[in-house]
Amino acid sequence: MTNESILAQLDPELQSRLTPRRDLFAKAIGMGVKYASVPIAVAVLSNSVFGADLPQDITDVLNFALTLEYLEDAHYKAGLGTKMIPDSDRKVFETISKHESDHVKTLKSVLGGSAVAAPNLDPTAGGAFPDALSNYQTYLALSQAFEDTGVRAYEGQAGNLMSNKKLLTVALQIHSVEARHACEIRRIRQEKGWITGSSRGTLPAATQAIYDGEDNTMQGGKDLAGLPGVPASAITEAFDEPLTKEQVLAIVKPFIKS
Amino acid sequence: MSVSINTRKHQPECSVWSSNRRTFLRMSGSALAVLGFAAVGPVDLFSIPIGMGDKDKVDLGSGDTGILNYAYALEQLEAAFYTQVMTHPYKTMSSDENRILTDIRDHEIVHREFFKAALGANAIPGLKPDFKKIHFNDRMSVLTTAQTFEDLGVSAYNGAGQLLTSGDFLLLAGKIVSVEARHSAAIRDLLKPRSDNFAPDAMDGAKEPDDVLKAAGPFIKDSKKINAKNLPGEK
Repeated sequence: MTNESILAQLDPELQSRLTPRRDLFAKAIGMGVKYASVPIAVAVLSNSVFGADLPQDITDVLNFALTLEYLEDAHYKAGLGTKMIPDSDRKVFETISKHESDHVKTLKSVLGGSAVAAPNLDPTAGGAFPDALSNYQTYLALSQAFEDTGVRAYEGQAGNLMSNKKLLTVALQIHSVEARHACEIRRIRQEKGWITGSSRGTLPAATQAIYDGEDNTMQGGKDLAGLPGVPASAITEAFDEPLTKEQVLAIVKPFIKS
Repeated sequence: MSVSINTRKHQPECSVWSSNRRTFLRMSGSALAVLGFAAVGPVDLFSIPIGMGDKDKVDLGSGDTGILNYAYALEQLEAAFYTQVMTHPYKTMSSDENRILTDIRDHEIVHREFFKAALGANAIPGLKPDFKKIHFNDRMSVLTTAQTFEDLGVSAYNGAGQLLTSGDFLLLAGKIVSVEARHSAAIRDLLKPRSDNFAPDAMDGAKEPDDVLKAAGPFIKDSKKINAKNLPGEK
């Protein structure tokens, strides 16, 4: 497995925690060791790794993922720019924000010139959440909504990346981190870290589409409902369910102005 | 695309997973009978015979079946661990911890039973765990072991995705890996609440089966008898 090298190729900044490769890459393209040079180095390297001509279907999937990451990245940056996050939770949001920025950087580097631009966003979703950036409870609710959506979105796209094993693995490695984020935010919200049935818990009704279908008990053609030895809740909690691209876009569309 | 089984008798009529994706999920009546869930309670794993006589090697098999058996082995291990944890909960277990560990136990049992049913006649036998190095009466020992298992599970599924040839199996792996990641985050949050501990990196690991089995080996009795040589990606 060439996990380390994939990381290095995709995102030397990430890899630099393990090895001082950032400097190597920056030097390699003659730009010194400034942090600012890293994305350029990544872009150059990733093009040589994946080729400038990824098939359109792969580019579409990655741009879809990138759009979601832009949304998340902006959400956390905006939140951290306010004073509403209590000190006790701030580290959590700083961590998630860093990850989402890294995901954006990674996906952009793979896509190179094919990457879509960051959309103009409306954190209030057209006024549906007017206090999105002033009321911590609303902000938490939206954070959970974005993360649970992200988990289901990546799940729905994995099959479309099977023709490119490296990119499939990268997507999986991001996917499970979104699930970690979702769990942590759910815990801050006093919810279970996992999704029970299709319950949105204490989230507002407008978020229900994010949880629809999570009550599925058919796995691989076998109905697990009634499995002895475990409560019914465990059967749906044990599996996250995918969302289609269309379902996800319908969920996030109110947050995207253009 | 075919799922070939090297060392076990291939009984197509007993396989949930047709090699043909169009007929995936279709089963004959006899296959359904085989798939009927046995009444398996949480402590059942301990009563299952080792299933590995001295001459028996436990062959995970090849192709997608091999990867499913590999996942089944890991889920057996996790389910057995949490079953033991909740059979003898450490004294200081908070209600939050109790709720989380109970939920995780049940999820892992669901995963284990799912793979067992999915594999049908191709399933490896029940493995016997070796937990003698875990101090079940000690909170730190239990939670750090839980973290190890969950992180290992996440990196195992992430690494196995590219070894699968069936999109249906890949989707199932995806449905499970994110729940393992949720588990890991919850356990990590118990160990270091509201810190950066719940997600140590922007990208989780992706490990190949050899490395995962090496890490899991000390927790499985007779782990050396597990033959992973026919798994995809093995040289």
